[in-house]
Amino acid sequence: MKLTRRKFVTLSAASVGAIALSGRADALKAPWTVPRKWYEDEVKTVYSYCENCFWKCGITVKVAGGKVRKIDGQKDNPKSRGRLCPRGQAGVAQLYDPDRLKRPLIRVEGSQRGEGKYREASWEEALDYIAERMLKIKDEYGPEAIAFFGHGSGDTWFVEYLPAAWGSPNAAKPAVSVCTAPRETASQWTFGRGVGGHEPIDWENTDYIVLIGHHIGEDTHNTQLQDFSAALKRGARLVVVDPRFSTAASKADRWLPIKPGTDTALLLAWINVLISEGLYQREYVEKYTTGFDELARHVAGKTPEWAAEITEIPADTIRAVAREMAAHAPRAVLPPSRHTVWYGNDTQRMRALYILNALLGNYGVPGGFYLAKSPYLEKYPHPPFPLEPAAGGCSGSSGGGEEVPEGYKPRADKGKFFAKTTAIQELIEPMISGEPYPIRGLLCYGTNLFHSIPNVPRTKEALKKLDLYVAIDVLPMEHVMWADVILPECTYLERYDDLVAIAHKTPFIELRQPAVEPLWDSKPGWWIMRELAVRLGLEKFVPWKNIEEYLDTRLQAIGSSLEEMKKKGTIVQRGRPYLKDWERWHMNPFKTPSGKIELYSETFAEHGYDPLPDYTPPMEPPAGFYRLLYGRTPVHSFAKTQNNWVLMELKPENEVWINRAEGEKLGLSQGEYVWLENDQGIREGPVKVRLTERIRRDCVYLVHGFGHKSRGTRIAYGRGASDNYLQTRYVLDKISGGAGLRNNFVKIVPGAGRPKLKRVAQLARERRL
Amino acid sequence: MARYAMVIDLEACVGCGACAAACVLENEVPPGHNRLWIRQRELGEFPDLTVEYRPEQCLHCENPPCVPACPTGASYQSDDGLVLIKYERCIACGACIAACPYDARFMNPAGYVDKCTFCEHRVKNGQDPACVETCPTGCRVFGDLDDPESPVRVLLEEAERIDVLRPEMGTSPKLLYVNTPSKRGLAAAEEVEL
Repeated sequence: MKLTRRKFVTLSAASVGAIALSGRADALKAPWTVPRKWYEDEVKTVYSYCENCFWKCGITVKVAGGKVRKIDGQKDNPKSRGRLCPRGQAGVAQLYDPDRLKRPLIRVEGSQRGEGKYREASWEEALDYIAERMLKIKDEYGPEAIAFFGHGSGDTWFVEYLPAAWGSPNAAKPAVSVCTAPRETASQWTFGRGVGGHEPIDWENTDYIVLIGHHIGEDTHNTQLQDFSAALKRGARLVVVDPRFSTAASKADRWLPIKPGTDTALLLAWINVLISEGLYQREYVEKYTTGFDELARHVAGKTPEWAAEITEIPADTIRAVAREMAAHAPRAVLPPSRHTVWYGNDTQRMRALYILNALLGNYGVPGGFYLAKSPYLEKYPHPPFPLEPAAGGCSGSSGGGEEVPEGYKPRADKGKFFAKTTAIQELIEPMISGEPYPIRGLLCYGTNLFHSIPNVPRTKEALKKLDLYVAIDVLPMEHVMWADVILPECTYLERYDDLVAIAHKTPFIELRQPAVEPLWDSKPGWWIMRELAVRLGLEKFVPWKNIEEYLDTRLQAIGSSLEEMKKKGTIVQRGRPYLKDWERWHMNPFKTPSGKIELYSETFAEHGYDPLPDYTPPMEPPAGFYRLLYGRTPVHSFAKTQNNWVLMELKPENEVWINRAEGEKLGLSQGEYVWLENDQGIREGPVKVRLTERIRRDCVYLVHGFGHKSRGTRIAYGRGASDNYLQTRYVLDKISGGAGLRNNFVKIVPGAGRPKLKRVAQLARERRL
Repeated sequence: MARYAMVIDLEACVGCGACAAACVLENEVPPGHNRLWIRQRELGEFPDLTVEYRPEQCLHCENPPCVPACPTGASYQSDDGLVLIKYERCIACGACIAACPYDARFMNPAGYVDKCTFCEHRVKNGQDPACVETCPTGCRVFGDLDDPESPVRVLLEEAERIDVLRPEMGTSPKLLYVNTPSKRGLAAAEEVEL
């Protein structure tokens, strides 16, 4: 990317030539004016929160000359503390991306979904078109025949507000069943509390950290990375369990390169050591937990020697780490990772992780997990919705009530698994089969259907069967270009959204407000939802006239106002982080059936699931295939940011990581381009080979989010390979509804050749706004 | 007068690139160029490994080869020891680009040579450079080398060893690295994978 000295010679020769030709007498005086810098003008600052991932850092947006120039972290915001990650910094490039959707589009009559033929339409026409067809589907099949998918903070309008008012329980987010569902469900049924969107780890006080497949430093959740770094600087010890030498592993005291899929065996062996050697926090366990004796019997044979055979980690190492953990307890912690849908037995693995934490006596105790509290905030006083939203979210497995009111149907995925939240991937099948009842329409907000839901061929088949498919998005992503109607939303820097209430050590509320007016004919999500609701005959559920009134009413109810919030950006409240804080008020944080931490779950037993976690061996790759692992780069969020030129200059493509010796055995060379083909014949790529010592021989690794196929996203198009297209198989976690994605196997097909694409810089220069 | 320097703790850096993105926006760095970049190197063999994430930018040398190379006096050292460019005096001859042993300078398509200024426009207002301010790991520290209380001095005093890029050039860089993962010091250019 850099100008090398060799390139400079040509460049400087050209420049000197230009000066000579200009014939200026004073060659020392430049023949150009140096452009004025943005910060030399008057700079206006606007408080808001970021949308370039789901973490929701408070931001200070700097506007000069009518344009957003720079984004910084809000100093007093508990998430950003004045700092931002690369994605937060680069938000400006998304706002001024010329590839953005500019006005509503309607698919040309007679064209097929996926052909990408569209005509421009007015908002009036587009919204009328959608409303008419939604009402027709409702008449024919009922309100549940429309599904609502959403991702991003604006999704509250489309997967909570609208479906609940409309009466469809089929609202879902990928953030649940292709991400956090197992950890949330397991936490709910162990501690009686979810994990929440911000993992409540008491980093400031912990002395010993064990990460299992938890990619801190590569997923760049700003606050978490700050806290993690500070803990290590303070001298906390770190153990990383991962088949790949992750960034976190490079900071660790010990790296345990575990055989993929065997984590539960390792956790059970650690539990075994703590119990058999009497190293657990006896007093804590007696006071706060139930089911210890059953647990002790259950793990009796699960020795380090037993686990060593399975995990390929030496028994001595397993034993040593268990003893180290115990020596640091209760200031020793095993934080839950976020994306936990791995093998299909994931709720049980997460239960094992939580049980181990409980034995270390760290839940609600300094140095372990703090108890996150939600901030006090009132709802807008609209009439009660007929249904409770069932989409859940990465911030918890809340989910709608199991009892469905008279005249409404239960979720289409009900009965497939135990948890109450909808599983997005389980709503695809009913679109094809009509079972248990037909889903005929889909409203998709910000969820990339082809980069987040496994089994893309099935998703495409489902989309073809629908009577109505609407996409609301910022960019013409591949799934967007299949819709009947495309509604262009403005970016987070151009709109208000609903308030966010963050459960935290210090609970807080954040405001999103526009820094500049929406570009082109794009509109904010709240406006789109309201206009649609009115057309659907749901006016009484949107009694507010505009978003300012809606937000002000909510804020006035808690003694603040929109006026105040616009100036502050964030309101921070007091928390109740430790058990002692709860006990002082005679309150019990454990909302389990027993009111204690449930090492043994009666509820699971009653429903036919293992009351204690057990190890189930994962599916094994066929000969010649490798297990496909995937993860994140700090520079990108999912499949959302690959058209951002600033970020793409930092990370323009993903590579397939292959163990060096294994790659040499296959005759591969560093940097060559290959195809990846899964065991069901699906091919992806071309993708660059990265031969590395940093991964085991039985698996390969891809950063998620690359391999975009929409030509409308000109920078993202054609770079790298998509893991999701290769994930045609998943194993359903029967407890959480999670889709276990690490059951896909690929082989390397050489000879792909380097894709002929313009450089990111060239595309960025050609298309600057 | 100050003697400004930046210290980067390589034990903390995860190579996330927040600094690089912040720099592009703060300084309106054109596509295809960088004032700041990150190199990454993998050391050792499975399973005994380490990774060096190493941010680089102009080193603001005390003895900068680029300054005497400039025929117009556009490149200069400020009283605070920053190596800066008076853009309006630059004739884009590129002599400084050739003189810099660190490839820290580039030809801005607007018609002049450009590079990291340690965000002089922020520093003179008492703020940290944009890369330091945003760094989520806090691995970057900025301050006055002559001030014993400054965070750079504190970090340097604590450090077991201090590394600089290409010490053999005798440039006395003021971009310093501490806690380099390998005991052998910083990775050599040819060892660095990009």
